Amino acid sequence: MVMRVRGHAAWGVLLLCAQALAGGHADGIRIGLTPVVPDGQIDLLEEVRDYLAAGLGEPVTFVQRRSYREVMDELLSGRIDYAWICGLPYIDHEEALELIGVPVYQGRPHYRSYLIVPAIDQTTESIHDLEGRVFAFSDPDSNSGYLVPMTQLLAAGRQPDRFFSQTFFTWTHADVIAAVAARLADGGAVDGYVWDYLSQVRPELTARTRVVWRSEPYGFPPVVARRSSVTQGGGLRDRLLEMGDDAYGSQLLQRLRLDGFVAGDPALYESIREQRALLQGERPVP
Amino acid sequence: MKAPLFANLSYRFKVPLLLMLVILMTGGLVTATLVGHSYNDLRRDLIDSTQRVGEVLASTLVPALKHDDLWRAYQIVSVPYRARSGSAELETFVVVLDRRLQVYVSSQPELFPTASSLPAEYRWLREEVERQLGPAGRVLDAREQDKILVVQPIFDGDERSRYGTLVIGVSPSALMPRFYAMLLRATLTSLLVLALLLPLGWYLGKRMIGPLTHLAGCLGQLGHVPPSAISCQVPIGRDEIGQLGSQFHHMLAELREKEALEQRIMMADRLAAVGRMSAGIAHEINNPLGGMLNAINTYKRYARGDEVTERTLSLLERGLLQIRETVSALLVEARLERRSLTMQDIDDIRTLVLSSIQAKEGVLCWENGLDGEVGLPSTLIRQLLINLLLNAIQAIPASGKVWCRVWIADGSLFADVRNDGPAIPSGLIDRLFEPFVQHGSTGSGLGLWVSYQIVQQLGGSIDVASRDGDTRFLVTIPLPVRNGGDARHGQALSD
Repeated sequence: MVMRVRGHAAWGVLLLCAQALAGGHADGIRIGLTPVVPDGQIDLLEEVRDYLAAGLGEPVTFVQRRSYREVMDELLSGRIDYAWICGLPYIDHEEALELIGVPVYQGRPHYRSYLIVPAIDQTTESIHDLEGRVFAFSDPDSNSGYLVPMTQLLAAGRQPDRFFSQTFFTWTHADVIAAVAARLADGGAVDGYVWDYLSQVRPELTARTRVVWRSEPYGFPPVVARRSSVTQGGGLRDRLLEMGDDAYGSQLLQRLRLDGFVAGDPALYESIREQRALLQGERPVP
Repeated sequence: MKAPLFANLSYRFKVPLLLMLVILMTGGLVTATLVGHSYNDLRRDLIDSTQRVGEVLASTLVPALKHDDLWRAYQIVSVPYRARSGSAELETFVVVLDRRLQVYVSSQPELFPTASSLPAEYRWLREEVERQLGPAGRVLDAREQDKILVVQPIFDGDERSRYGTLVIGVSPSALMPRFYAMLLRATLTSLLVLALLLPLGWYLGKRMIGPLTHLAGCLGQLGHVPPSAISCQVPIGRDEIGQLGSQFHHMLAELREKEALEQRIMMADRLAAVGRMSAGIAHEINNPLGGMLNAINTYKRYARGDEVTERTLSLLERGLLQIRETVSALLVEARLERRSLTMQDIDDIRTLVLSSIQAKEGVLCWENGLDGEVGLPSTLIRQLLINLLLNAIQAIPASGKVWCRVWIADGSLFADVRNDGPAIPSGLIDRLFEPFVQHGSTGSGLGLWVSYQIVQQLGGSIDVASRDGDTRFLVTIPLPVRNGGDARHGQALSD
């Protein structure tokens, strides 16, 4: 159960202590993170969390789960208030969610899906060359890591579940890259932002992969709130949108390789909506 | 020709060298055995640990296989042998085969790609896996691939449903660096121990063989040096060298005895020859001498010559008488004599020589062990003892000491005459009993010759031992058997 600490600061501290003693949560705001954010950068995430907490005047907790779906379940059931999710689950539950902020990457609130193969593979030019091979997806609710390659095959008239000899989910984009680098998979679909980010912080990993194809731009995975919690959403939205205004905030953004956040528009995700329509029937909507 | 070279090598080197060789061989063998055992232990440890890893992996993989979670399965199999730095881990692989014996996942997808068959060199493994029905793991030795394969079926907890098979391949050659390090350590340790043991082996070998070489040196003197001049401290004991030592001692003693015997025989032969010759000469002289003395007697009785003739004849007579005296002394004729030796005779001798010893202010110790009559001619014994005593008295320095002891034992008469004068020179002692050998300033040189002749005629012996301060003449004369009589003695007496 989520306990909200409100009111007077002294009461808040008192309650915090009491709940800490009781072993329960003393979190002010719980933000769910999906693997759209590169994991493995705990120090950076903690700094972002503390930065947000300081700006909001409330404790902030990041909640990480294995799959998009688990995060979505917690968000929709009210166990967490906000989440940084992919565009696909956002449009799946558009009516229950409110856009809080969309990251700006390379000047635009867009990102792409990359098709990658092991670096040793110099012949593959598109996903169609990978017939009968092993393919790695990141998450069934990911746009870049699942929806994009699936619709690509469907658009070409192929049955995705028969096209590859074997497919599997790694649940994070970074692990798609690792699986392809280890040649466990002959190809994989990955969030372009994550690949770009890792190519700078872990170049030895991305060097063992080769980007074969880049998709058209899609709306960058947004930060959303459950509609019932919009009242507080204003605070977080302001924090995100103003993040580039102070030196520390812009330094954090720069380390995340992001330019900043914009309020965003549901129309950003129109292309994902179209793709999802293609896959209707192929994919159960959570 | 190496064998003769070694065969001729002294035992002083041979035994230490052999000891060192044995030490070297022992060290080498022990090291090799230990290292061999250690290698087997290493190999067994490798197999055991691989089997344990296989069991853990197999049970951990069940949920991933159950849910067809390939990525999870990959994470599980890639953890235990994730390459750290060396290539040894790279040579280890973990492969999960599904129920159709296709590769489901492996720690090295580039060697064992997912959803493919086993590579050609491991195709034989399919039969092995198919035959393996139970949940127990097996170990296969794939020599061609230089691999030890642990094959572990992946069963559910209830051991009923089989999800696949786990194969772990480890390279025994990955042990080689560790093995070489161990070999190096063992060799260094052995060399250190050998460095301590080898000098000890050399020393012990030398020490063991020392008495033998010493004995060989002593034996080498035989034939070049007279036995009496060899002096060797050879070891005596119960071991073989000790036995050789005592044998050598024994042999040396016998050789010395033989040498002494030969010398005695030589001396006796010489004396006998001298005796025969002098007796012959004496007889030849005695006959014309008797005639000449008879002629002088006849002339003195019947003719009256002038004064010059009388003086000349008297001179001739005195000269001829002196010759007869000397010749008769040389002959030592045992005259027939009835009177036997008594205790009184011995004491008389003391009285006779007492004045001589008093003249030298010496001391005469006397021990007369006779009791009553002894069946030996008294005159000869008296002459013998007087001769020996006078010689002894002559040998002692002023205020010297002379001992005389006479006794009967074991059917013989013993007379022991000793003095504390200087030793008889060694060159003289061999010829002591020859006539006219003078070792003193006075005397005719016939005293000991006569003594020797008397003892010879009585069938006895005379032994001399002389060193500074103690010169000893021991006379032994057998007593005649009372009834029946000694034939030899009787003949000697009647001669």
